[in-house]
Amino acid sequence: MKAFAHLYTALDETTATKEKVAALADYFRSAPPADAAWAVHFLNGRRPKRLISSGKLRAWAAEEAGVPAWLFEESYQAVGDLAETITLLLPAGGESSELPLSHWVEERLLRLRGEDDDVQREDMVASWRELDSRERFVWNKLITGSFRVGASQQLVTRALTEVSGVPEGVIAHRLMGAWDPTPEFFERLIAPDTSDADVSRPYPFFLAHPLEGEPGTLGDAGEWIAEWKWDGIRAQLIRRAGRTFLWSRGEELLAGRFPEVEETGGLLPDGTVIDGELIPWLDGAPLPFAQLQRRIGRKNLGAKILDEVPVVLVAYDLLEAAGVDIRALPLSERRLRLAALVESVPSGRLLLSTAVPAPNWLAATNARREAREVGAEGLMLKRLSSSYGVGRRRGDWWKWKVDPLTVDAVLIYAQPGSGKRAGLFTDYTFGIWEGSHLVPFAKAYTGLTDEEIRKVDAFVRRNTLEKFGPVRTVKPELVFELHFEGIQRSSRHKSGIAVRFPRMARWRTDKKAEEADTIETVRALLSP
Amino acid sequence: MSLLHLTPKGLYCEAGDFFVDPWEPVDRAVITHAHSDHATWGSYSYLTSVPGVNVLRARLEMGARIRGVEYGETVALNATTVSLHPAGHILGSSQVRIEHRGEVWVVSGDYKTDPDPTCTPFEPVLCHTFVTESTFGLPIYRWPSQADVFAEINAWWRANAAAGRTSLLLGYALGKAQRLLAGLDPDIGPILTHGAVERMTGVYRQDGIELPPTQYAGAAGSRADATGAIVIAPPYADASLWSRRFGNHSTGFASGWMMVRGARRQRSGLDRGFALSDHVDWPSLLAAIEATGAGEVWVTHGYTGPVVRWLQERGVDAKAVATRFEGERAEVTETSQDELSDSAAPLPPSPAASSP
Repeated sequence: MKAFAHLYTALDETTATKEKVAALADYFRSAPPADAAWAVHFLNGRRPKRLISSGKLRAWAAEEAGVPAWLFEESYQAVGDLAETITLLLPAGGESSELPLSHWVEERLLRLRGEDDDVQREDMVASWRELDSRERFVWNKLITGSFRVGASQQLVTRALTEVSGVPEGVIAHRLMGAWDPTPEFFERLIAPDTSDADVSRPYPFFLAHPLEGEPGTLGDAGEWIAEWKWDGIRAQLIRRAGRTFLWSRGEELLAGRFPEVEETGGLLPDGTVIDGELIPWLDGAPLPFAQLQRRIGRKNLGAKILDEVPVVLVAYDLLEAAGVDIRALPLSERRLRLAALVESVPSGRLLLSTAVPAPNWLAATNARREAREVGAEGLMLKRLSSSYGVGRRRGDWWKWKVDPLTVDAVLIYAQPGSGKRAGLFTDYTFGIWEGSHLVPFAKAYTGLTDEEIRKVDAFVRRNTLEKFGPVRTVKPELVFELHFEGIQRSSRHKSGIAVRFPRMARWRTDKKAEEADTIETVRALLSP
Repeated sequence: MSLLHLTPKGLYCEAGDFFVDPWEPVDRAVITHAHSDHATWGSYSYLTSVPGVNVLRARLEMGARIRGVEYGETVALNATTVSLHPAGHILGSSQVRIEHRGEVWVVSGDYKTDPDPTCTPFEPVLCHTFVTESTFGLPIYRWPSQADVFAEINAWWRANAAAGRTSLLLGYALGKAQRLLAGLDPDIGPILTHGAVERMTGVYRQDGIELPPTQYAGAAGSRADATGAIVIAPPYADASLWSRRFGNHSTGFASGWMMVRGARRQRSGLDRGFALSDHVDWPSLLAAIEATGAGEVWVTHGYTGPVVRWLQERGVDAKAVATRFEGERAEVTETSQDELSDSAAPLPPSPAASSP
């Protein structure tokens, strides 16, 4: 535990990428494979299912610290992170633990599962007393499952490459899909031998950069293909060894969630991997994302919902054909094979992402204007000669979203953020005018600079009208230009409207609250 | 009978006809210490402790009428007897004791009870009513041992020096910077200062506070070779043109807020946070309040809500008082002309001097 806590601190104490990679590489070089495997597991954001409810942890920690519940909550509001709050409140720590990470995870953490409250409580208190404060913090992070330390998957991959000499692309691929953090796994992960047995493993997704300028900067339009950018769930459909696997981009196995698509997977030849987008699709056109949300998270998919919100996979790319990784082939070649494959599958559940005719950039620009009508978010521009890369790389794939919808709205409620934004009022609710009242319309957390956040924070503190728990009602004075991608009617929102991806585009210091938009102007944005 | 009242200009004592740390110009101001949220320029006359006179003069307009009284010396102000007692916050910082017809009030200003070689240590003063700050009034704030923090700072500096990097250490120009200087190990390398720090350090030295030798790092645009050196600068210097000259550097910030990871991560580009504060932490705050024996406590700037509730639950008659003293975010966000300025020379009078 000591070495892992030391790694965490080293990662936390520098903002320099080079030093983070060096700290990771040092750890991987010296840690026993059993520990290294767990470290990769946690650093990649994987975590055990919740072992103890946060309410119980709070209660036990507050009691151990001798702090009343209300004061624990006040402290939590200031810190914004449960693991850290507990660490800061507990009495001075014990000795540092020389026991390895794998022991703490396998013999202590995982053993908590299923135990009754008394045993869990005893174990937690005992663990707090055994660890020093730095280790306690990391331990609490593992328990609360919010293990993030500013070392992206990419940095972990880079460090593993540095240690093993295995190329980054291979490491990234081996880290995809399902694996158990065992010493054998770690040894395979850094083994020079690249043969690979796992039939379910997806490829790392290739991601596009947003296009900020004009497409003319990309050169000749003839070297590019334009496709609609759909708003669904990016996924890989895998057919290998007579089995079908559907993975989300978040590396979640979507087994049973989209039965119609998995069924179609069964029609594919063995050794096939398709990259595409899961989209709710009815009568030849996409449904709004909100409809897909009705299906996400449901455990039981009844006939009714399957009927109302059928889902298709719109196929973007073919990554593996006849068991061979074809990611290095040019896109034009992969698309030809993909088109032939989709054609051969007698199912309405697998559609080919059609090319939007764009012989020149003017045509592409015009097509993009129609995106919202088609139900798309904009265009994807991909270089026909491009291979299928790993992660988000600049150059060959661009997403070119439609210009966002905009509304000027008034800040009416504010709430402190968490994590990095703890103790600052950073989470805002905005209102628009309905007659002489401001009706809550959207929440937004992003888009302001640190400097602006500080100014808004100071405003909130000076202009609080009422407090409801952590939420403050503020004097309706500040106006912000909000941007969002889509707008829907909604019975669950007070304004009767729900927007997608709202964010603050600009602080309109030039506008007074009275000049903000009204519910009528916003309703006019709804498509008929 | 309340000896003090909160007025739009600040805390006013009617029986003595004076204000304590007014935020607008008044006839007679009694000043706890020279940070700008407690010492506003423009008043007709100022009363402060003898060790606080020079730092206060450096922060106010030239020619301000400042009278110094020794710690513990009593002064009659109209119907009241007033004395100043060490608050341990910065050089010359005081608690104000006010006595009127047997009733005793103490206004703490900002204070800490931890030792600090650059100022007189805090002394508890018995009173009926205690007016206390609450900047770090939550139990998450428990300062680590000062020796450990300075060992960490020196180790960080030493490692940076070995790697050919400059260490940029941020802390308030008045008080914190000098406390940092006193704790640095000058054998590691040269110590450079930002103009605002150099100026206040000069005042401390004149007042007989021993500090290691420092060099003024020079005005913006100059290219000092600071490899292996530590540079002490006010908190905003890291975002300004001023810090670019140092090339490869690691940035640290010394502040009580650095106890919390989130507060450090809110400042982009900050590598290290050192939990070093000139305010009391939670246990010291409660101990200090108890040591006054006060039955009534006024809680100002900071986590007033939790502190008031904690005291009330223990039978103390406590209430929150909304002063304009800063504290809650002050150490992270405050900006002011005075500290931004980079000249080592004395500045013309500035309406907005700075504070921690």
